Amino acid sequence: MEPYLLFSRDTRSIVYNMQTKAVQRMLDFDYLSGREKPSVAAIVNPGNSGTHKAHWGKGEVLIPIYPTIQTATDANGDIDVMVNFASFRSAYATTKEALLNKQIRVVAVIAEGVPERKARELAHLSKKLKKIIIGPATVGAIGAGAFKVGNTGGTIENIREQKLYRRGSVGLVTKSGGLLNEMFNIVSHNTDGIFEGVAIGGDKYPGSSLIDHLLRYEANPKIKIMVALGELGGDEEYKVVEAVNKGLLTKPIVFWVMGTCSKMFPAGVQFGHAGAKAGAEAETADAKNKTLKKAGVIVPHSFDTLGEEIARTFIKLKDEGKITPIEEPRNVPNIPMDYADALKRGIIRKPTSFISTVADDRGEEVNYGGYPISEIVHSGGKIGDVISLLWFGRRFPKWATDFMEMALMIVADHGPAVSGAHNAIIASRAGKDLISCLCSGLLTIGPRFGGAIDDCAKYMSDAFRRGIVPRDFVKEMKDKNVKIPGIGHRVKSLENPDGRVTLLIEYARKNFPRTDLLDFALGVQTVTTQKKSNLILNVDGTIGVLMVDMLRGVGHYNDEEVRNIVNLGYLNGFFVLGRSIGLIGHALDQKRMGERLYRHPWEDILYMVERKE
Amino acid sequence: MARRGIREYDAKRIFYRMMPQYTGEKIKFDIMPILVDPGTEIEKLPEENPWLHNMRLVVKPDQLFGKRGKSGLVLLDASFEEAANFIRQKMGKSAKIGQVKGKLTHFLVEPFIPHDSEYYVAIKMEADADHIYFSTQGGVDIESVWETVKEVSVSPLEDQEFDSEPLLEGLSAEEKKLLAPFLKGTYQFFLNHDFVYFEINPFTIVDRKIKVLDMVAKVDDTAAYQNVGVWDFGEFPEPFGKDPTPEEAYIKSLDEKTGASLKLTILNPEGRIWTMVAGGGASVVYADTIVDMGFGKELSNYGEYSGDPSTELTYLYAKTILSMMTRSKHRSGKEKVLIIGGGIANFTDVANTFTGIIQAMKEYSDQMKEVGVRIYVRRGGPNFKAGLEKMKEVGSEIGIPIKVYGPELHMTSIIPMALRDEGKGVN
Repeated sequence: MEPYLLFSRDTRSIVYNMQTKAVQRMLDFDYLSGREKPSVAAIVNPGNSGTHKAHWGKGEVLIPIYPTIQTATDANGDIDVMVNFASFRSAYATTKEALLNKQIRVVAVIAEGVPERKARELAHLSKKLKKIIIGPATVGAIGAGAFKVGNTGGTIENIREQKLYRRGSVGLVTKSGGLLNEMFNIVSHNTDGIFEGVAIGGDKYPGSSLIDHLLRYEANPKIKIMVALGELGGDEEYKVVEAVNKGLLTKPIVFWVMGTCSKMFPAGVQFGHAGAKAGAEAETADAKNKTLKKAGVIVPHSFDTLGEEIARTFIKLKDEGKITPIEEPRNVPNIPMDYADALKRGIIRKPTSFISTVADDRGEEVNYGGYPISEIVHSGGKIGDVISLLWFGRRFPKWATDFMEMALMIVADHGPAVSGAHNAIIASRAGKDLISCLCSGLLTIGPRFGGAIDDCAKYMSDAFRRGIVPRDFVKEMKDKNVKIPGIGHRVKSLENPDGRVTLLIEYARKNFPRTDLLDFALGVQTVTTQKKSNLILNVDGTIGVLMVDMLRGVGHYNDEEVRNIVNLGYLNGFFVLGRSIGLIGHALDQKRMGERLYRHPWEDILYMVERKE
Repeated sequence: MARRGIREYDAKRIFYRMMPQYTGEKIKFDIMPILVDPGTEIEKLPEENPWLHNMRLVVKPDQLFGKRGKSGLVLLDASFEEAANFIRQKMGKSAKIGQVKGKLTHFLVEPFIPHDSEYYVAIKMEADADHIYFSTQGGVDIESVWETVKEVSVSPLEDQEFDSEPLLEGLSAEEKKLLAPFLKGTYQFFLNHDFVYFEINPFTIVDRKIKVLDMVAKVDDTAAYQNVGVWDFGEFPEPFGKDPTPEEAYIKSLDEKTGASLKLTILNPEGRIWTMVAGGGASVVYADTIVDMGFGKELSNYGEYSGDPSTELTYLYAKTILSMMTRSKHRSGKEKVLIIGGGIANFTDVANTFTGIIQAMKEYSDQMKEVGVRIYVRRGGPNFKAGLEKMKEVGSEIGIPIKVYGPELHMTSIIPMALRDEGKGVN
């Protein structure tokens, strides 16, 4: 490639750091420009490898990710540009590494705030190695129809509007990155368009300067007009004057130096850029504009007539036959709008795939059922309130949330011997992690273990709803040969009642607005204990029927809705949640004790396997 | 993001502390200077600094300006009581240095050094190299004896040591023994701690020890992260005479709280042309154009908002400007002009930022009508059409004449347009 060119249509680059949006914008530009291959050959994400998926027109491409610059260039012999998105802290080291890499010819340094001493060293090093740095503190550069550095040029609409997807006759260089789009706009309105545009960055010691790029444009036969936007401070513009005077720059240059307003300011105002401060008179914009004009450079009266001067220069060259008419590319493809973008602008819609009626994490703070967590905590809310909000989507009265908490406490554990705890213990002793132990225990919950709350509530409320008396219900169950869930205890009886049950019943009688189903269940108990004194309403059954009474009492649900809630397995939820506390306790207990792998003794197993011949 | 002056007090303190390690302990300083600010209890200073009573003293303001002796602001060869009285007398008083007026708030106190010889050393960082200057004829008029100044340079890719011999040519062996490590050490200090300008003018030698008299230093503030613990002075001092107005201070406080950028400098609160421009480059160009068209004296403010500020921040920024703009009618009776300008944004959502400005415009619509305001808008970038549409709507809603343009119009053309419309009662 000719040394005066920064980029061609085949230029391939590294993007340093995971700047996926910038990568996509580069690829969209490539596609619009009709490039065959994406301009991003590799992403370097320090220490990581893999691939990144990006859009390529309507399709997709994979871009490899490498851990270092060296591995990226080793694997891709065609890379000769690096777009460096490293932070101001690491921009120096990574840029230096890129300069010293044999393949890399051009490095664009995006970071703002690279220390002057480091930036100056990089500038000197790149000159010594005959390489080019654009930046630091730059938005980048663009070779129209060829290659775009990172986010240069803004949105794809803008690139299309200013025809940056094909080459014109103007070479543009500016100090200001923020005005690069505006300069593209001015050039595209007044000429046949941009050939190449570079923002050199606002630092005091840019890696390449106005004069470096103007000399390249001078050497480039396709560039007919040069446009430059300078700035007060420093002496770069005088280097241009010198080059003009020496005859090194012969093409028409339209030049404007920003900052003519500085004379209105009290001394010591620092404009946005580090370099933008006039020390001596010669560093003022007025002095520079004047000197440039004297040297024969085209300098407008103010920025306001910059466009007119560019247009006049272009028309003159055209009249002289020096501008070859551009053949506009046919079928410039459309880049589909990004889904997120289109959604934001309200151009498209799509049915949602998920619904949440209980929690919302989109605002400043997650809310449960419409209440921010901090508000729940401040108002004295407890776990019962959280359950009512997250399970039922509404706030239950205190008597109900207190009851739910009581239920959780009561079902939290039943010692190490029952199925769930036993499984958790065995899993814990097998060295499994806490979650595996918990799940192992939970997986035992079902029709035989822990299901009584749910089942009792279902059977009893069904009978109650049908309006049959307890005696008929007991008979019905016996006829079906179904043991009534929630009835019966190993040792407790009417004479020796279960303290937990007494507690729950007392609480309900005192606080619940109604206890219809409890009364029904106690009616059932009267029938069953006549047969055997330990066939009492046990703790599971009590919780089951009281949960139904609670739901009927909170005032939000009719009977049908309550039945639905029970059928959905809500009551099982209380057992699972409460018992998880115990299961975690058992699993951690084993780990704390350092218990080793459990092996069941042979003598406890009846082996009935016949030896086959 | 720039070169910043630091107080002589801080420069000296850091220099005195670091020099032993850059000179193999050959150069040491024993007395640290003292800084007196409005909060200092002067009478208590000798408790921690007993030398204040034992030595004769020098007092001078320490607020990043020079020519202090010529302005009569330096007290030499004073007792502690004299020094204390001098400070009490000057503290909080105004002073005019060149064209700049400001308040005296910081004073440096250090031992008075009677001396015969005055040496000069200065180091400048420039694009091509670091330049080290030395002269045995230092003092206030160094420029008039510039031919005595010797220079060596160290370019960036060179070994960052330098030969001090060319600077010290013709000096006695005894002087060289002291000055060679001093100059080399000073350069190491300069480059290791990201100074960009450093000048000691003069320093002297008393009893084979180097005594620093005046020091000026500037650092590259982007290098702060490399100098944690060394640059221990906290915030950079503002240049002398730049006491911000309440509005400037308010915008600065907003700016510090956000990743976006909000800047405001009041040039002439009685002016007729106010600007609210997006982007650093564009803001300069708009101000330039107003000045270039001969309306510099009417330019009220310079400032910019950029970096995708939130709607809320843009609202607060616009409100600040509108509140100042609508304080009184212009003395000429003419309408005021508000330029809401900007180039073509890269990724800032124009409609979003305009929402904040519009909110402020609605709030100040009565005041704007009262003093007479015409508004000119020009902006491009993402979602600009929606943004411009909103602007047009608000203009007719609140009944303020407003002209609105996008990228089809040259960026600064709204300025000549606004000035042409003068007195035509635009709507």
